[in-house]
Amino acid sequence: MAAVTSQIPWILRRPTTTTGWVGWLVTVDHKRIGVLYGVTAVVFFLIGGIEALTLRLQLASSESSLVSPDVFSQLFTMHALTMIFLAIMPLSVAFFNIVIPLQIGARDVAFPRLNALSYWVFLFGGILLNAGWFIGAAPGAGWFAYAPLTDTAFDVGSGMDFYVLGLLVLGTSSMAGAFNFIVTIINMRAPGMTLMRMPVFTWMTLVTSFLLVTAMPVITVALIQLGFDRFVGTNFFNPSAGGDPVLWQHLFWVFGHPEVYILILPAMGIVSEILPTFSKKPLFGYPFIVLSGVFIGFMGWAVWSHHMFTVGLGPVANATFAITTMLIAVPTGVKIFNWMGTLWGGSIQLSTSMLFAIGFIVLFIIGGLSGVTHASPPADAQQQDTYYIVAHLHYVLFGGSIFGLFAGIYYWFPKVTGRLMNEGLGKLNFWLLFAGMNLTFAPMHWLGLDGMPRRINTYDSSMGWDFWNLFATMGSWVIALGVLVFIWNFFTSLRKGEKDETGDPWDGRTLEWSISSPPPPHNFTEIPTVHSRDAFWDRKYTEGPDGRPVPIPAGAAASNGGHADDGHGIHLPGLSYFPLATALGMVVAAFGILIHPVVIVVGILVMMFGIYGWAFEPADPEPGSESH
Amino acid sequence: MWRDVTKLKVLLLLLGLALIAIGCFPSHPQSTFEAAGPVAQEQLDLFYIIFWAAVFVFVVVQGALVYTIFKFRRRAGANGLPKQTHGNTRLEVAWTIAPAIVLAIIAVPTVDTIFSTANVPEGEVLNVTVTAHQWWWEFDYPDLGISTANELHVPVGKNVDVILESKDVIHSFWIPKLAGKVDIVPNNSNTMWFRADESGEFYGQCAEFCGTAHAQMRFRVFAQPQDEFDAWVEGIRAEPGEVTGLAAQGEELFAMKGFDGTLKGESVTLQRCAICHTVEGQPIKGDVGPNLTHIASRSTLAAGIIDNNEENLRNWLRNPDEIKPGVAMPVLNLTEEEINALVAYLQSLQ
Repeated sequence: MAAVTSQIPWILRRPTTTTGWVGWLVTVDHKRIGVLYGVTAVVFFLIGGIEALTLRLQLASSESSLVSPDVFSQLFTMHALTMIFLAIMPLSVAFFNIVIPLQIGARDVAFPRLNALSYWVFLFGGILLNAGWFIGAAPGAGWFAYAPLTDTAFDVGSGMDFYVLGLLVLGTSSMAGAFNFIVTIINMRAPGMTLMRMPVFTWMTLVTSFLLVTAMPVITVALIQLGFDRFVGTNFFNPSAGGDPVLWQHLFWVFGHPEVYILILPAMGIVSEILPTFSKKPLFGYPFIVLSGVFIGFMGWAVWSHHMFTVGLGPVANATFAITTMLIAVPTGVKIFNWMGTLWGGSIQLSTSMLFAIGFIVLFIIGGLSGVTHASPPADAQQQDTYYIVAHLHYVLFGGSIFGLFAGIYYWFPKVTGRLMNEGLGKLNFWLLFAGMNLTFAPMHWLGLDGMPRRINTYDSSMGWDFWNLFATMGSWVIALGVLVFIWNFFTSLRKGEKDETGDPWDGRTLEWSISSPPPPHNFTEIPTVHSRDAFWDRKYTEGPDGRPVPIPAGAAASNGGHADDGHGIHLPGLSYFPLATALGMVVAAFGILIHPVVIVVGILVMMFGIYGWAFEPADPEPGSESH
Repeated sequence: MWRDVTKLKVLLLLLGLALIAIGCFPSHPQSTFEAAGPVAQEQLDLFYIIFWAAVFVFVVVQGALVYTIFKFRRRAGANGLPKQTHGNTRLEVAWTIAPAIVLAIIAVPTVDTIFSTANVPEGEVLNVTVTAHQWWWEFDYPDLGISTANELHVPVGKNVDVILESKDVIHSFWIPKLAGKVDIVPNNSNTMWFRADESGEFYGQCAEFCGTAHAQMRFRVFAQPQDEFDAWVEGIRAEPGEVTGLAAQGEELFAMKGFDGTLKGESVTLQRCAICHTVEGQPIKGDVGPNLTHIASRSTLAAGIIDNNEENLRNWLRNPDEIKPGVAMPVLNLTEEEINALVAYLQSLQ
């Protein structure tokens, strides 16, 4: 054997470094990749937040000239792109990575190197999308990029080139990640974990992944057409040459509406984990929560034209999409009622993550109800493209997705780090965000109904919009303060937070709490066998005669708690730097389209090298080297 | 302790109400709550139906949520674990059907209003073609043979049938007090209609992001009694008369007519206003910028963003980009004498 392996050129050998920054570059461990995703997403969240604060400062008073109109357009375009593609989606993926294998009792995801590739492509894609800032031309035609404003005839500069290439690259990352999690969830569940015994977060990850693999191709097609229009001079969306700008809108929203559920379903999954844990009760109506999530996923494909009620599709199309849109409120309502059913009769502990989960419900109800007001096309004719929509979408995406994700951070932080986040600072964090978000976004409802359009960089004082705009801007600084408290809490807790020796600080119900914190590299020394829905809870408690849980005495529990040995001898996937090389090559090639054909060739060569090395990489490091 | 919290809540509530009162105090020329015509009114009526249904759901659901949290909050020292309930099929059926009923209540008037506002009612109409440009509005009255820009005049009480065309990108035509918006898509004409039931000046604004000066693509609608409207039409139909003195010099600068070179600003000899702007009666009729035949009769300049007065006109001619960044009109480097002459001419175009 030694003779064979030594013939492998050094460049194709498996790296063995697990520590230091090199360790992060070559890691294929789902937990470490999850941390990379999470940290990167939070950094982009801060960048998107700075963009938002600048927008709010510009709008704080009428006729302000803090930034030029074109910079303003770039800011609102990049704020949306950053928050959607670089903050909320990857933060959800961070939880997929950290939590899913642990929840289903697996040692890693199905394709660990593909998982690393997803991360690196996401990171480089995010940089590519933002690269326009460095030449003063970030994308500025709105995240929805309505043709023909994206045509080179109207869009001077190369801002939208970064949009096309950045989103294409990011789409690759999402596709790879989504396939990985579909295969992982379908194939790698612990024995006994049937589909209807899966934790709800795992379920929502599965639905989200299916939405990703079906929605991403649609935007990819549209982006390639737009790319051809811009780089080659085709006329897919150019009306002056017979192209159809409405085609872009259909393609964009056929992707864009499932995308909305891609943003909210993971947060709903997180909330569905936290509410039972801190109520000390199982999730109420589990099959209904799961099926309503699946139904929302399906219906996400049947409502896209509600973004286009004012485009002139005609009364029949508008009436049809109004009805399908209203239908979505039914499964959403079912979810909310079942969450309340979970709380009812429980022993509710208002920890920080529970506060965020309840905050999610409170704010999501408001966003959902305002959503119903523009499910009605005649009412929407007054609301479309006004601040009323801005208010609605921030109640859903900030009050919904972001609150759900914050709940998840506070909930799983001890699992990842072995330390608890500070509860006092956490509660301050929650109340600042809760107050700040309402102060910022509630006034936008009245601004919109008083006729303030979206995406305007200036307004006249005679319009009567000054007061609430100033108010909203002040609110945005309360949000900023809340985020600062979070950052402070995060870093101090990382170093000085209370240690959790048990691995189960919340008396959790699902398998990730059955192992130590942080989990060993191999997660489970012995793969657990699952007998029921709340797999770990049922190992800790049995049901007494009155229906109340009775603790099973320590030691009597089934012996798959992960303390049998140190896991030595368990085979783990080898480290690899080829995902990094492949991702780098892909993004260099994409950059090359904007720079020079030679750069494209160099990028493709690097990518080919990465794929070649990946394919022929030996399964294990050379004998004698230390890898785990 | 609890009493203090209640006091605080009452205080916060009062503060909130006070803020809403302050916020609602100024006039809102684009308020969707002050409908002045049947289309906006029907849309507002529908909004109120949905709004009150939403308020009902909000109060019931949030009330139940808050009650649940307070009732089942873990008390200090309590260790007991609650009964492990898993679900209740009857409840599931009930809370599936309940939202469906509420939705049916709003779906019926929704579909009804979609169809009732879709087409202009039978009877006499005023036909108007709105052509959106980056970033101004062209208003043509095909039956009356007149054309104007940025200020639309309509008779009170008459249905206006609008065709929407775009010269460049997508815009959206919106007069909040008269009708909700309809997008203006190039190569894809849309129609809409509205009626003003009271006379007055109504504000409108482009509602679809259309580039740099999107925020400054505004317009006005003047609803007038029929006889005033007819008089306005007659005025628009009339060609400008002869001008004399300084205004005549301005006319020479504006167009080629009779230019003798006495007021020679180099850029002006190359860039005549008439290449982009129409004034009826002039030999060159540009169609890049707004029609200026009766510019002096308009109340605003530059697509509804500044008052039409001498000072604003001067500033505009000096540097249009400073007032409206992105505007197609170039900086003409005019001398003060040239500006005097042009202002005199433009102000003569009643």
